[in-house]
Amino acid sequence: MQGLLEIYRANLRINWIVQFQYRVALMIWMLWLVLEPIIYLSVWSSVARSQGGAVGGFTPRDFAAYYITVMVVMHFTQIWHMWEYDYIVRQGLMSARLMRPLHPIHTDATQNISYKVMMLIVIIPAVILLTLLFRPTFSTELWAALAFIPAVTLAGVLAFILGWCVAMAAFWTTRIIAINEVYFVMMFILAGQFAPLDLLPRFVQQIAAVTPFRYIIAFPVELAIGRLTVEQTLNNFAAQMVWIAVALFLLRFIWKASVRRYTAFGG
Amino acid sequence: MNYLKLIRMYFKLGILNELEYRANFYVQIFQTMLGLLVALGGLSVIFGHTETLNGWVSSELLAVVGVYFLIGGSIRLVIQPSMARFMEDVRMGTLDFTLIKPEDAQFLISIRQIQIWKIVDVFVGLGVMGIALAQLGASIGLGQALNFMIALLAGSAIVYSFWLILATCSFWFVRIDNILVIFESMYEAGRWPVGIYPGWLQFTLTFLVPIAFAVTVPAEAMTGRLTPTTILGAVALAAAMLTISRLFWRTGIRHYSGASA
Repeated sequence: MQGLLEIYRANLRINWIVQFQYRVALMIWMLWLVLEPIIYLSVWSSVARSQGGAVGGFTPRDFAAYYITVMVVMHFTQIWHMWEYDYIVRQGLMSARLMRPLHPIHTDATQNISYKVMMLIVIIPAVILLTLLFRPTFSTELWAALAFIPAVTLAGVLAFILGWCVAMAAFWTTRIIAINEVYFVMMFILAGQFAPLDLLPRFVQQIAAVTPFRYIIAFPVELAIGRLTVEQTLNNFAAQMVWIAVALFLLRFIWKASVRRYTAFGG
Repeated sequence: MNYLKLIRMYFKLGILNELEYRANFYVQIFQTMLGLLVALGGLSVIFGHTETLNGWVSSELLAVVGVYFLIGGSIRLVIQPSMARFMEDVRMGTLDFTLIKPEDAQFLISIRQIQIWKIVDVFVGLGVMGIALAQLGASIGLGQALNFMIALLAGSAIVYSFWLILATCSFWFVRIDNILVIFESMYEAGRWPVGIYPGWLQFTLTFLVPIAFAVTVPAEAMTGRLTPTTILGAVALAAAMLTISRLFWRTGIRHYSGASA
């Protein structure tokens, strides 16, 4: 455990320096992260205005609170390993990773963490700017604000592990793009990026409740804007933990099967 | 006529290249259908809550989705791959091979690379526009159809010029492929009429990254809400952008000295 911490610290430092080289690429990621919530914030605000000020209990200012929080949670739950693994496996670069005396997930985890910490430099000003532009109203109590921190942390963990399971598809097929896109479409709809889940048709809400996606974005967001009771919050936390356990189990299973399948190509 | 022949040739080349990877065709169909499903599903959820979105009824927004697919597909079919290859050529110094060809270099670099499967998006866009038209009823007269064609041409010219200007920058800054990605992500905003966005974003999407002219204005023409001033403005801007990008290209090409030598 001590050794692992040491490795994480070293890796974090390396990643920090490496990522700093790609400032422009990071800015573009950011643009996308900020733009998408603004698009749907504008769409739903328009709907609310045309319905005389509110739709499904959301006023434009409530939507502002919702989507600004979505942006923050999306940042902390971002994953991109599924795109990387496509390349890594196809190019035979996996061999080097497998040689290391450490599960490759740790390399990715440190990369993920260092990116998320570093990009706070941009996220925080973005939140302030959007708050000034869209004037959100939060009706959040203190307990909910505090509970938001573990909720978003667990969401990040869940998203990372699930994303890693999806990335393993690269070992089985070269058409990983299609799989990734299905994953991100499900995320877009069932996690609440498109609209607050309360506004979706009932059957979609029911599907969302039994998938892990809800617990990655929608739950932390609803908690942060003060739409959940204590009881609902506890239930959601329980579901989040269950999904993390399931995802961890899946991960072990898929990883073992995938590595056995792996044959290096190229030099 | 020479130009048409060249365009035909590059298309044929694009098709031949891609026929090797036929599975990509199915992947493309899958991606397009997924995108269409999300777009239509989104519309149906939104119009389950309201009759109009900032004055647009659902069949009119369907027209926006159609134009969005059509223009986006055309960009990814020709402009984006060609410009990406052009920038790669500048970086590697292989642009020389294009420059020595006895045709206009700007024309060549603009059509040289075809990603043929993206044509699926173009067809889906046309199909969706057709359905939208059928829903809107036969109220569309000849004048409106003409307006739509003009707006579509002007919008395409504006987007093309915008890409050319950005790509030309690679004569000075070698690594700018990232900037083109900005357009890709901003284009997503064109899925909705720009009128729904706050003022500063409308301004950005109209004049800085001209997505409004590419999608919203043609859709406005199709649904008959276009004022003569807007269409004149679009045509004037298209002419101006084409001229400016041409001049800028010529300045850039004079600056180019090859990378390998």
